[in-house]
Order: sequence, then C-alpha cells, then structure tokens
Amino acid sequence: MNFDLSPALISIKITLTATVIIFFLGLFTAWWMTNYRGRWQELLDAVLTLPLVLPPTVAGFGILLLIGKNGPIGNFLSLFGVNIIFSWYAAVIAATVVAFPLMYKTSRGAFEQIDPNILNAARTLGASEWKVFWRISVPLAWPGIAAATALAFARSLGEFGATLMVAGSIPGKTQTIPIAIYFATQSGDMRVALIWVSIIFAISLTVISFMNYWNSYQSKMMSGAGRK
Amino acid sequence: MEFQIKIKKTLPGFALNVELSSQKEIIGIFGASGSGKSMLLNCISGLIKPDQGKVVINGRTVFDSDKGINLPPKDRRIGYLFQNYALFPHMTISENIAFGLDGLKKIDKNKRVKDLMENFHLKDMDRKYPRQLSGGQQQRVALARALVVEPEILLLDEPFSALDDHLRNHMIREMSESLKEFQGTTLYVTHSIEEAYRLCSRIAILNAGSVEAFDTKRSLFQNPMTLETAKITGCKNLSKSIKLSEHLIEIPDWGIQLQTDKAVKAEEGFAGIRAHHIALAEDTSMENCFPCWIADESETPFRTTLYLKIGTAPHGLDDFHIQWEISHEQREEIREKLLPLMIYIDPKYVITV
Repeated sequence: MNFDLSPALISIKITLTATVIIFFLGLFTAWWMTNYRGRWQELLDAVLTLPLVLPPTVAGFGILLLIGKNGPIGNFLSLFGVNIIFSWYAAVIAATVVAFPLMYKTSRGAFEQIDPNILNAARTLGASEWKVFWRISVPLAWPGIAAATALAFARSLGEFGATLMVAGSIPGKTQTIPIAIYFATQSGDMRVALIWVSIIFAISLTVISFMNYWNSYQSKMMSGAGRK
Repeated sequence: MEFQIKIKKTLPGFALNVELSSQKEIIGIFGASGSGKSMLLNCISGLIKPDQGKVVINGRTVFDSDKGINLPPKDRRIGYLFQNYALFPHMTISENIAFGLDGLKKIDKNKRVKDLMENFHLKDMDRKYPRQLSGGQQQRVALARALVVEPEILLLDEPFSALDDHLRNHMIREMSESLKEFQGTTLYVTHSIEEAYRLCSRIAILNAGSVEAFDTKRSLFQNPMTLETAKITGCKNLSKSIKLSEHLIEIPDWGIQLQTDKAVKAEEGFAGIRAHHIALAEDTSMENCFPCWIADESETPFRTTLYLKIGTAPHGLDDFHIQWEISHEQREEIREKLLPLMIYIDPKYVITV
C-alpha cells in the first residue's frame, strides 16, 4: 500500500501555527474591543467578523491581492527575494484570516460576561491593565476562550477555498487534508478520499468533545461565580 | 483638608456637580438611586473621568483638570468596597486579599494577609473560595482586601444592601468596629438614611447630581435647610407656609397658624412637622393646639400612623392634613377619647425652610 501521509503533516503544521497566531491575535483584539467605546465600534466589529460570513474564495481573493506577486505586501517581500504565495505560509495566512472571527467573537462574548466591578476592583487594588487582563479577565473568561480556540482550530483544519486559492495544491508542500480529499474525489480515488474524511472527522470530533467535557468540568468548578 | 473634591461631569440627561471636603471621618453620601452616588465614587477612584474639577486625597492631587493631572485608578491608593463585593471568584480567600500586594516579598505578604484575616475573623478560611462563604464573610473578605493595601481613602458602595435585615444590623456594628482602626476618610454611600445615621459623623445628601445638604447628622435632622433635605430625612408633614412675624407662620392648606422657636427666614416657604413630634395636648389653652379628626390609620409591627384632619371632620380616607406616628399603646389610650382630639405641636419642633 502506497499511501501519502504528507497532507496530514502539512494540515497539522498549518493548523497549529494558525491556531497559535489566532489565539493571541483574537484574544487581544477581543479584549481591546471589549474596552473600546469609540464611534467606529460597530463598523470595526463588522470588519473583524466579515471573514466569517464571506465565501472563503472572497477571503482568498483578498489575500491574493495583498500578497500576490503584484500586491503591496508581495511586492515588498520580493525585494528580499521572499515569495510566500503558494507556500505553506500562505496557507497559514488563509487559515488565520478565515478562522480569526470565531476566536474574536467567542472570546469577546466571554469577556463581556465578566462583572465590570470585578475588573474595577482589581484596578483600584493597584493592578495594571496587563495584570487585570492576565490575572482576572483571561481566567474568568477561560471556558469561553477555550471554546473559541477549539472552534478556531477546527475551522483552520477544515479550511479549503481560500487555501486552495493562495497556496494551491502542491503535494508534499501545500496540499492539506481537505484539498487532498477534493483532488482524490476528482480523480475518482474514493478509497483515499474516504480515509482522509475519516481522519478529519475523528480529529474534529475529538477536539470539540474534549472541549465540551472540559468546559462543563470548568464551569462546575466555577459554578457561575463572578459572572453577571 | 484631608479629602477634597470639586468636580463637574455632564452626561446626556444628567449632570454631576459635587463639592465636598472632609477630615479623617466617616462621611455618609445619601441619595436615591439615580442621584449620582456611584458615579461620584467612580470619579474619585478614577474609573470615570470628570469633565472638570479637582480631587485631592490626603494632600495628594489625583485629579486636576486645570493642571492636566489624572492618575489611573491603580495609582490612587483607594480602598473600594463594591456593592456586590466583586471578589475574584477564581482565587482563594488569601489570594484575594493578597492581590494588591504584588510589590512585597513573599514573607511580608503572607504575614500581612494572615494578620488581616485574623482581625477580620477569617481564620482557617484561606483556602476557601468566595462562593463557599456566607454574605457576611464575603463582605469581610472584600473589606480586608480593600484595606490590605493601606488606602488613603475608603469608598463603601452600599455595602449592606444585599444582606437581609438581621444580618445587616450585625454587619453595621461589625463595620463600624472595623472602621475605627482605619486612619483616613471613609465615604459611605447608601440609600438608607438610617444606615447613614448609624455609621457616619456627617452626611451629604445628593439629589439629582448635586449636594443638597452637607452637615453633621444631628443638625441635618433637627434643622434641615432645604425642602428636599426635610423630605429626605423623613419629614412626612410638609406644607406651604407664609411668614407672619419672626416666630409665627400661617399654613393655609391646614388652616392654622404656628408658633416657631427658630426665627423664620423666608417670607414664603414650607413648614414641616415630623410625624413623631406631635403630642396629645394636655392643656388646650396653650398655643399650637388644634382640634383633629382621624381620617385613616395604618399599622406597622411597632407603630401606628394616624392620618389627621385639622379643624373639621374628614369626608373620606384620603381627606387628611398630617400624619401622626405613635406607639400601639398610645393608640389604645386615644381610642378612649372623644373626637376631635386636641394635638399639640411644640414650637421647638417646627421646621421651616
């Protein structure tokens, strides 16, 4: 049996990298937006959420415009001889853009559930905003943040459209599991497609149910204290 | 001056305009909900920025719009006791109390926390979480947490409103005990004038964002300067009055003239009698004696309120002039008497504003 495992390794590499980036980016953006009370609040939130509702091909098109050979970022990077289009970096960018809103929206929701008096209490006790964030906000919002991370992870793993547009399907380089499924099906190789489908099904189900169990354990520990 | 505040803050539909100063004492900030009490505390602690003005705590300017000073809450050295205590639910009791002590060495930190927990009767609770504590214990933790950082001013935001009656009485006593040790100004915000009276030396009455009155609690009750103050301090009988001479007023709505001990200032103002300051007349030839009929009455566990009409018999339950609060025993005595009753209003109890 000659079965190419490289899509699994590529998928895991891209998904994990994207999840780490999304985790911090989404968390800080969510925290910042929770405290931001400016006039552009609604518009900004809409822009940050947009990739969630847009077809991934639109996101892919946008990324291409930016990092493609003639795009501003692509142009700039080519000065140093770097080309990220059709590399696994491009796949990470695609996964990050598409899955970011899930992290942002879900953890913002969790931050907004925290009783503002608890945060103010920490502030009057001499805590900097940094300390308030890490010692109070993140622990209290943790079930929500964990759920957000799981969702973002699952979404990155399943990313197809945008990835195909910006990273292509280079076997052993940028071909991820979803893309491998597509091309296997296209060429009538149903056996390979089915194996990949089962694998991705198993990974996603494991991650989401682990998160669920862990969450209910966590909320039992906290028993809703500290939330409105 | 120990503590000084003079701020303005305008919001759509509301304006806070407060000027107060105090020594090391407990000041009651009394007002109905929506009077701006919490906003005042937030302006002092730096959680809200006033539009203009100045806040000085223990000689230290923490806010001054003219000089562009606006310290963040973390640098103001304020002890803030929130209404719902706002304990950190994911930390143990000792972690909660130690939260503000980050700069300290671990040994000093532990000692401070331990001492405080002992003072506040929280021994053996260091490993418990806030949700495992009763309301009273949670409040003690919150107070200990606020005091451990040695604040220069203590802000108490309706600390007893979440407690039931029995526990509230107990906690008020405990609180006044704890506050004796605190060397600084305490601002105690409440919507219960009774709590304010029990805990504070002076009381500021906040009404629609402004200080209506600020005085020692005794003179606030004995000699209210404004109509609002009289109402808020619980004066139930208030009516328009006209000055006849230095010590004589006419109250047209009640159809009587009243002698007063205090000199009457305004030509037209309001006269007030507290419901428990009315007495049964012994000698009906005296001044300030009036015949009354009972229009209605209502009972609380220990007191009866009679609704009296002065001069003529009433035409219904709502046809009354003044309320008279008496004990159940007095009510029984009065039952024997024939109507009209003769009541006496001591000139020293007549409030004029």
